[in-house]
Amino acid sequence: MNNFSYTRASDVASAVREVSSGDAAVFIAGGTNLIDLMKENVTQPSRVVDITRLPLARIEELPDGGLRLGALVTNADTAYNPQVERRYPLLSRAILSGASAQLRNMATNGGNPMQRTRCYYFYDTSTPCNKRDPGTGCSAIDGFNRIHAILGASEHCIAVHPSDMCVALTALEAVVRATGTQGERTIAFADFHRLPGDTPQHDTNLRSDEIVTAIDLPARGFADHYAYLKVRDRTSYAFALVSVAVALEMDGDRITEARLALGGVAHKPWRNTDAEAMLNGLNATKDHFEAVAFAILREAKGFVHNTFKIALAQRAIVRALQHAAGMGRKG
Amino acid sequence: MSTTPGTGTPAVRAPTALPPTSPITLHLNGAPVKLDVAPWTTLLDALREYLHLTGTKKGCDHGQCGACTVLVDGKRIVSCLTLAIMRDGATVTTIEGLSTGDALHPVQQAFIDQDAFQCGYCTPGQICSAVGMLAEGRARTADEIRELMSGNICRCGAYVNIVAAIQQAMQGSGGSVKP
Repeated sequence: MNNFSYTRASDVASAVREVSSGDAAVFIAGGTNLIDLMKENVTQPSRVVDITRLPLARIEELPDGGLRLGALVTNADTAYNPQVERRYPLLSRAILSGASAQLRNMATNGGNPMQRTRCYYFYDTSTPCNKRDPGTGCSAIDGFNRIHAILGASEHCIAVHPSDMCVALTALEAVVRATGTQGERTIAFADFHRLPGDTPQHDTNLRSDEIVTAIDLPARGFADHYAYLKVRDRTSYAFALVSVAVALEMDGDRITEARLALGGVAHKPWRNTDAEAMLNGLNATKDHFEAVAFAILREAKGFVHNTFKIALAQRAIVRALQHAAGMGRKG
Repeated sequence: MSTTPGTGTPAVRAPTALPPTSPITLHLNGAPVKLDVAPWTTLLDALREYLHLTGTKKGCDHGQCGACTVLVDGKRIVSCLTLAIMRDGATVTTIEGLSTGDALHPVQQAFIDQDAFQCGYCTPGQICSAVGMLAEGRARTADEIRELMSGNICRCGAYVNIVAAIQQAMQGSGGSVKP
């Protein structure tokens, strides 16, 4: 870890001022990813701004019936919050399928979307990586790319975003609240992360002078018909090879609205609203689900070691949809 | 060691500036302690190297193994991925702070009763993690214990007895346990 200076921000405005003052400054909250990246010398900040004492650690009901998740509420306290458990079980389930209990006690709602990819080459400073050192090349494209992207990748980067929480937030159409030197703004969750294109060094559309202050959940939580299915190399404490978040509105056996987001397959949580719309008005059947799964993966492109993810994702989508629709539960 | 050619004596290096340190206070195992830390000193290194509490183990130092698990303000965290300076004023409980005099904590006693370790390196982290998990009150079944203890790796593979030890401690504290 490189040497750095440390300041503790007392309010959001001073935090923004501290981080926008020019040199390589970063915010720290949970620290579970940042400190690891600093130990690996992937990130070498000259200044670390501690935001853990900011007043952003509350979960509050919103006038429109939604729920505001403060940026500094831990992932564990969010997943176990009675309102989240009851009204947004998809989010609770997704959070609890990620990391370990210790890490969930540290990691925050603002930090989870800001975590970096776990691409081995991004972490290995002896190898080229366009995300870590723009212009040096992508080691994963012709390397060991078993965990890498099958959708939305570019010739410059095939990394995936590692979060489970963000997959659920995408399906729930959450909204990120951010404050910067130019004031406060909201960012739809689907627009928060970005595809790599030719600038994979940028994971998100958050500006460098901005801080995430909260994540707002809309009133509708899809608590009656949801599923979060995570497929990984061991049954706990591993990143997703493929994960699927499903949220359905149903009228009897008929689907009136379908939301579907994939994790572990792209540089951002992957959503295909055209494919989802295919389910509107249809009965919940395996055939219909297979058609949607095929449509979502039609444009998928495998590399040498991750081609298996295409069939895996299709099957995971079908199973998650069946689970959300309550199929196979009645014996 | 590099030497100045022809002399056999150590080369003279430019002096390295000592890192700036800041005073912090931890409420550690029931008593306040003051120490000076550099910004980049992790809580784990502060405990082991500055406060000489070597019960907390450095395994992977990357948050993947759980050997450095301690309780901060009552919650289990990995001490390798937090900076000591960020925890100024916090209440920290390590494996050294669980017993009361010679009376072991029920989870410590259960690990002995159930033979829940071989080499013992992961054990302080396992025990602190289990104490944190019992306080959370989310584990009832053996499967739930396994899931909520998955952040603690045991390379000896003592998992079967670790789960048994935690079940013993849960029964002792009145918690219901299902197989």
